[in-house]
Amino acid sequence: MNDDGTAFAAHPYLSGYSPGSGAADEVFDAAGRMRPAWQPFLSMFTGFSPDEVRQRFERGDQYLRDAGVYFRRYSGDPLDARQWPLSHVPVILDEGEWSTICDGLAQRADLLEAVMADLYGPGTLVADGHLPAELVAGNPHWLRPMVGVRPVGGHYLHFLAFEVGRSPDGNWLVLGDRTQAPSGAGFALENRMATRRIFPEPYPRSYTHRLSGFFETFRESLGRLAQAPGGVARDIGLLTPGRANDAFFEHFYIARYLGMPLLEGEDVIVEDAEAKLRTIEGPVPLGLLWRRIDSEFADPLECDPTSRIGVPGLMQAVRAGNLALVNALGSGVLEARAMMAFLPRIARVLTGAPLALPNLATWWCGGAEERAFVQANRRRMVVGPALATDLPFGQANDAGAPGDDAPGRGHVGQEAVTLSTTPRWIGDGAAGRLVPCPMTVRVFAARTADGWRFMQGGYARVGPPGDATALSMQSGGAVADVLVVSQRPVTPPSAPGGEPQSVGAAPRRRAEYAALPTRAADNLFWLGRYVSRFEDTVRLLRALHLRIATTAASGDPLLDAMTLALDALGVPADKPLPAHVIAVLDRARDCAERVRDRFSVDGWVAIDDLVRTAHDLAPRIGPGDDAARAMSVLLRKTSGVSGIVTDTMYRFSGWRFLSLGRALERADMLAHALSRFAVPGGQAGMLDIALEVGDGAMAHRRRYALHASEASVMELLALDAGNPRSLLFQVEALHDLAAALPNAAEAGRPGPVLRAILPLRSALEVAQPETLGSDALTRLRSDLAAISDAITGAYLR
Amino acid sequence: MDYDVSLRIDYRYSLPTAQGQALVRVEPLDVPGVQAVRDLRLVLDPAPTERRMFRDFFGNHVTALAWDMPVAELSLDLRFSALRTAVPPPDVSARLDRLADSIAALRSLSPDAPQHCLAPSRRVPRDAGMTAFARAALRPGMTALEAVLAIAARLHGEMRFAAGATHVDTPAAESFARREGVCQDFAHILIGCLRSIGIPAGYVSGFLRTVPPPGQPRLEGADAMHAWVRAWVGGDAGWIEIDPTNDCHVGTDHIVIGYGRDYDDIAPVRGALRGAGRQDSVQRVDVSVRG
Repeated sequence: MNDDGTAFAAHPYLSGYSPGSGAADEVFDAAGRMRPAWQPFLSMFTGFSPDEVRQRFERGDQYLRDAGVYFRRYSGDPLDARQWPLSHVPVILDEGEWSTICDGLAQRADLLEAVMADLYGPGTLVADGHLPAELVAGNPHWLRPMVGVRPVGGHYLHFLAFEVGRSPDGNWLVLGDRTQAPSGAGFALENRMATRRIFPEPYPRSYTHRLSGFFETFRESLGRLAQAPGGVARDIGLLTPGRANDAFFEHFYIARYLGMPLLEGEDVIVEDAEAKLRTIEGPVPLGLLWRRIDSEFADPLECDPTSRIGVPGLMQAVRAGNLALVNALGSGVLEARAMMAFLPRIARVLTGAPLALPNLATWWCGGAEERAFVQANRRRMVVGPALATDLPFGQANDAGAPGDDAPGRGHVGQEAVTLSTTPRWIGDGAAGRLVPCPMTVRVFAARTADGWRFMQGGYARVGPPGDATALSMQSGGAVADVLVVSQRPVTPPSAPGGEPQSVGAAPRRRAEYAALPTRAADNLFWLGRYVSRFEDTVRLLRALHLRIATTAASGDPLLDAMTLALDALGVPADKPLPAHVIAVLDRARDCAERVRDRFSVDGWVAIDDLVRTAHDLAPRIGPGDDAARAMSVLLRKTSGVSGIVTDTMYRFSGWRFLSLGRALERADMLAHALSRFAVPGGQAGMLDIALEVGDGAMAHRRRYALHASEASVMELLALDAGNPRSLLFQVEALHDLAAALPNAAEAGRPGPVLRAILPLRSALEVAQPETLGSDALTRLRSDLAAISDAITGAYLR
Repeated sequence: MDYDVSLRIDYRYSLPTAQGQALVRVEPLDVPGVQAVRDLRLVLDPAPTERRMFRDFFGNHVTALAWDMPVAELSLDLRFSALRTAVPPPDVSARLDRLADSIAALRSLSPDAPQHCLAPSRRVPRDAGMTAFARAALRPGMTALEAVLAIAARLHGEMRFAAGATHVDTPAAESFARREGVCQDFAHILIGCLRSIGIPAGYVSGFLRTVPPPGQPRLEGADAMHAWVRAWVGGDAGWIEIDPTNDCHVGTDHIVIGYGRDYDDIAPVRGALRGAGRQDSVQRVDVSVRG
């Protein structure tokens, strides 16, 4: 490495790297000297051939794909999950500079807490003229039901993010405060995992401050905050708006990482002003919700009445001091752009000191002087809606901007800052090079017993070259890891990484012993049912198409019998892979996605792959042999799903509901097939179909050295307790699973679910093949339906 | 004027949820010097498993109710007596072009601060049609009070009162476009018009006397709960109340339940009682003069 950093700066990757005048750059300081934190990294990077660069980046992308990291584009298509747009070159900041930023932000966090407490408390900032009343009263994020409510633990704000950028003079500026429900911290962890795969070398790895520790400490703080009076531990949950949210990945990622359940509004009920988690064991007291839904949607009774993602009555639990929310409801009021016009003065008033880290210079156009100033300096300003909460870079999208009209009370003027640039890799192969692109950094802060703690590193958004208006992912921006580096190794290179485990890692033990939320149990139960229903329907379809492939004549009685059997399941055999069957699979995927925090990454990828394959195959396959082969592909993938999901799930209540669903559906489909194809008087060849659908052809050949008879097929598929696909085996499984559920017995006697199962089990245990006619099988199916109802009634309501 | 008032609302929910919750805002405010309420009784059937009272931000009485079972039918029975005193309309008002300064001079977030009723709210979003309608009624040099009266008169002249023409969730803009609606629509439209020209305006829920004084016409909206508007017309005059459905000042024929920015703040019943199914309701109101 050259000491002054000039030798490799002439490398083709960098020789064209010319930051624009009038903007700061992360690599080069104002004098054109390379910042020391970048030197070892770029020295290494310029040593890679274009091919190696490509391979390394691909390693990172592969990691993100395998980990299932995505963001949701708001397009209405549930499958529209976009690849994570990682800009592979990290942003590198010196630890000294970073701690200056964090010190400034710690002061700002305290200031925001004080402002929040005043806006929902005495209101002195307004009374004393430091903040105009209309900016508070007119802000839709200022929640009137919260006025006068003291938050549990005394603090309103617990988890914050700040958008910061480097201004042309080289100093850092706060561009925006994220106080509502900041996202990105989970994505930052995944960016880091990918970066470590791209650049595993001792530099930057060993010199980079760890991200882990931040969440662990915060988790402990949440635990304390959730306690009931007297220090009794209560449950915690992460409240998500659901799968359609653009950051849903992060919601289940953090829930899984911190071992807290991922909750939706319907998981929570409020009784006697106490929030409770609906679980299969009944309502369990809930002490804290880390909310990722905006406050306005939190309670349809007292906030937005159209909200379907909130919890009716939540405000009553908050008002009674029985539930902590992170952050407190109403915290979005602090995000308005106009707040930045007043915070510098409020800082002096409340703390006696100026802001250590200035924010974007902002003027509210409600005052005559300010309005005139903004008007006179219009060309150096971004003029936009005073109460907007987004960053003032998407100028073109500012619907509330005054256009050419004079700005008014509803507007703010904000200094048009040119953001600093950081290298992004642009171009393929030999044409690839580093290009300066505008960026902002998101910094995360969490309140702990020892004050604000900052994630040591973070999450940068990087725009296309020269375009600071397209920083957001929704509009094509990329994200990059932010490395905070020290001049000395942070940990010995040989030490096992103190980094977070990936999403695939085992969840914390705590969550396993917490009661299973009712909604999770319900989704797992139906996931089991849908996957089995899909699998057995596809077996029947395969049997059909195998015979279509070898039968010349239409009107073949076997084909008719199979078509009728499909009809009875509501499946029209109009297409090789009927839409109805795909719909079953889509429902399975929906169920799985709703409980994604409970799956391993591999389990989810297997389900997703199966669904995509089915959608992909459906329009392309023709009847007969082609369809039969496609069905075999789908069956193999389904086995993969079953294997990964059921084998890797911890054997606890969640797994039991999944397995109950599978066993119930399998028993039902089998009873249906047997009643059609294995009762006396059937067509020749029908028994083979029964064996195919029941997946028992191999076992039959091994057990019975003779042609299949009704009795042998019925014995194997219905009554053989040693055959894992037999009816009796499913019913035994139902019994064992149900017996292990909470409250399976009532006062020493079997509870309602066991009472529904036991007679069926006894009947099958003593049944003879010849007694199982089609009537008996029909009765058996209604017994199975009664068992399903009993499970729903006892646990899923 | 002294009144006996009764209100009965019957709700029917086709798909009730397993547990039900509701916030009820029907208990009238005591307004010092204007309205005194006594002998109030509120009966719910079925009886709720939880019942607690609190005051919301605007000071309205709220009854929070919960049922631990599905509620397919709910009836609410309210009776009270109220003494209502006449309030003369103010004779002072800020000039409309000075109103913004008067508002800005008030450094307060208290419930009666005009700032709460200046910005668009969920039921009254900004609407270009209402803005144009309001501006067309203005004359140079008008006071804020004159502007309120002019716009209300114009609205009353163009809008047709038609019971059943709209339902509780019909957007105000739709009712305005059709120039017909019920008292809720009249109130929301006038609020939208007034806010669009910088006059703070809010929603008032209440009752009208059923039988008019001898020799006077029966007021529209007396068969059900009624709604009107309050507007802030200057530091000295403060809030005035006006009934756009009947184009009249609010006097002794009106009984106030409570105040809000729009219907959502003071809806008689806000409930989480039904799933995806339908909700039907029937209201009966009687406001009779005592004696």
